[in-house]
Amino acid sequence: MMYIRLWMFFAGLLAALFLGWAALVGVPGVQLAAVPPQPGLRPYTFPQAHGREIYMREGCVYCHSQQTRPEGFGADQRRLWGRPSVPGDYVYDRPHLLGTARIGPDLFNIGARQPSRDWHLAHLYDPRSAVAQSIMPRFPWLFAEKTSTDPEDVVVAVPAPLRRPGVSVVATREALDLCEYLLGMNHTYPLERTRPR
Amino acid sequence: MSAAALPAPELNALREEMDRRARLPVLLYFGAGVLWLLAGTALGLISSLKLHAPDWLASVPWLTFGRVRPAHLDTVVYGWASLAGAGCFVWLTSRLCQVVVQWRGLLIGSVILWNIGLLYGTGAVLFGFSQSVEWLEYPLPAAGMIAAAFVLFGASILRTFQKRTVPYLYVSLWYIVATVVWFPVLYVIANLPIYSGVLHGAVNWWYAHNALAVWFTPVGLALAYYMIPKVIGRPIYSYYLSMLGFWTFALFYNWNGIHHLVGGPLPAWLQTISIIASVLMVIPVLAVAVNHHLTTVGHFRMLKSDMTLRFVVFGAMSYTAVSFQGSAEALRSMQETVHFTHYTIGHAHLGVYAFLTMILFGAMYYITPRLARSYWPARKLITAHFWLAALGVLLYVVAMCTAGFFQGAGMNNAAKPFADVVAITRPYLVLRSLGGALMGIGHVIFAVLFAMILYRGGRRAAANAQGVGQ
Repeated sequence: MMYIRLWMFFAGLLAALFLGWAALVGVPGVQLAAVPPQPGLRPYTFPQAHGREIYMREGCVYCHSQQTRPEGFGADQRRLWGRPSVPGDYVYDRPHLLGTARIGPDLFNIGARQPSRDWHLAHLYDPRSAVAQSIMPRFPWLFAEKTSTDPEDVVVAVPAPLRRPGVSVVATREALDLCEYLLGMNHTYPLERTRPR
Repeated sequence: MSAAALPAPELNALREEMDRRARLPVLLYFGAGVLWLLAGTALGLISSLKLHAPDWLASVPWLTFGRVRPAHLDTVVYGWASLAGAGCFVWLTSRLCQVVVQWRGLLIGSVILWNIGLLYGTGAVLFGFSQSVEWLEYPLPAAGMIAAAFVLFGASILRTFQKRTVPYLYVSLWYIVATVVWFPVLYVIANLPIYSGVLHGAVNWWYAHNALAVWFTPVGLALAYYMIPKVIGRPIYSYYLSMLGFWTFALFYNWNGIHHLVGGPLPAWLQTISIIASVLMVIPVLAVAVNHHLTTVGHFRMLKSDMTLRFVVFGAMSYTAVSFQGSAEALRSMQETVHFTHYTIGHAHLGVYAFLTMILFGAMYYITPRLARSYWPARKLITAHFWLAALGVLLYVVAMCTAGFFQGAGMNNAAKPFADVVAITRPYLVLRSLGGALMGIGHVIFAVLFAMILYRGGRRAAANAQGVGQ
């Protein structure tokens, strides 16, 4: 630092940080701001938005991605996880939940792949009853145990080893809304190359 | 008269005065850092165990994997590494500027605010109020407290820097000054609640990789640049290389972040420039590697006798390794297999643990006795700490990178059911827990040693004070 003045040092520091910001955030921000939502994409309904909050609260993003890669880059296409995702698929996502781990499978089209709410409820209650090798956590706090059920209660099909006589496992609002969110994760609508706004 | 020109007795007196003034803030940062290290280790072990024993503690909401895992990351990076690094920087800035620590009150305030922010943020993650954005989980009030604490810390550093009595600025000081300017700007911009969609993904990884670029890596490098020549007693290999290393580091590291989203729905050009910048990192890394390793070369015998040097040289070697691994890992051909796998987790621990944490341990072994006015008890325990940490992290990294490779290859084979891919990784996940347990035992030893040296130093100080009174 003998050879440059101190103000130049500080200016250089800020310039370096700013250049990186401009390249990775500023310019893409301008480009992506012009991307309209895909015509087939629906904004989240109230239960879906609530379910998304449960998804965030339980940290699902640390094991599940929500992005599908093109053919020629991994096996997402051959696994039938859905067409490659595009920026227009994510316009309503705040925060983003793209995810960087697939300890579990990608969920971008889980609603299309597994459209049964009963399956999802049983799986959230005890993942290993649905997939023996699963290492997913159980989420018993999304369910209530009841000795007598009301007609509007959604009773979970508890697997035999966990079943207790006289006790029904009932999905709470949180479990039902999380299912709404998962079932809504369906981006199989045809991709439209829309012109930027 | 500049401090560099002082005769020996005056220089010793100045050193003593600098250490006396640095004692309280630095030991507060260190003490809090050690506590967060223990908390973060416990959270890390719990999340590791849960991946191969998923039904263990399964009915406790705040201990579910998806909450404990981010709490582990946040406590070790914003708690342990940041607080320990800040403490080292306070001491090092004073030494390199040859002036006592300025604005100590701000530092005390910073430690308090930082810890309140950490408690708030970690509690929020565990009890269900996470922002669910990797590295940015803390809710805004907690993030704001940590940003403010960092600004207080930076203000004191810059004031000490301004009051310097030396005519030259040593390399470590460039990194220190740079980082206290960079990090608060980065952290505040990334936390602004204005992003959505894939742009938020870009902001997320611009931030998360830059947190390493503008804070955590400079901590490790500044300390290695100081400790290696200091302990060995010879100057750094090349001043010009360190200059080249610093500015290429500042220019290229900032552009790396989007290599975390290769193959994703972001513009292809954006992914490509991050991959290019990741490969260009070879330049600063080589410059730093040559400087560190060629300063060490010929003095490897000292690794046996000097524990600080042993930890720091292990860290410096890991820096070279993790950086080359990172440059290769960013390539599309590698990402096709290892993206979304445990490989990334292995890489992260080679960086934040084998590089940064080992250097922090080494630096704290050097700095603490000077401030606590006592000696480390039980040298054998320090040796045990070194081997537990070193072997633990090697086992961890090898297990995770191997697991990630097979996991990625399995996922790319569409004929293999996903559940089988999960099954492939399980033995490696057990090995990871074993590595983590070794590191954890090392941390307990380190914490006990730290408590003992503080206690001894305090008792001696009390005895001295009594002696003066008589």
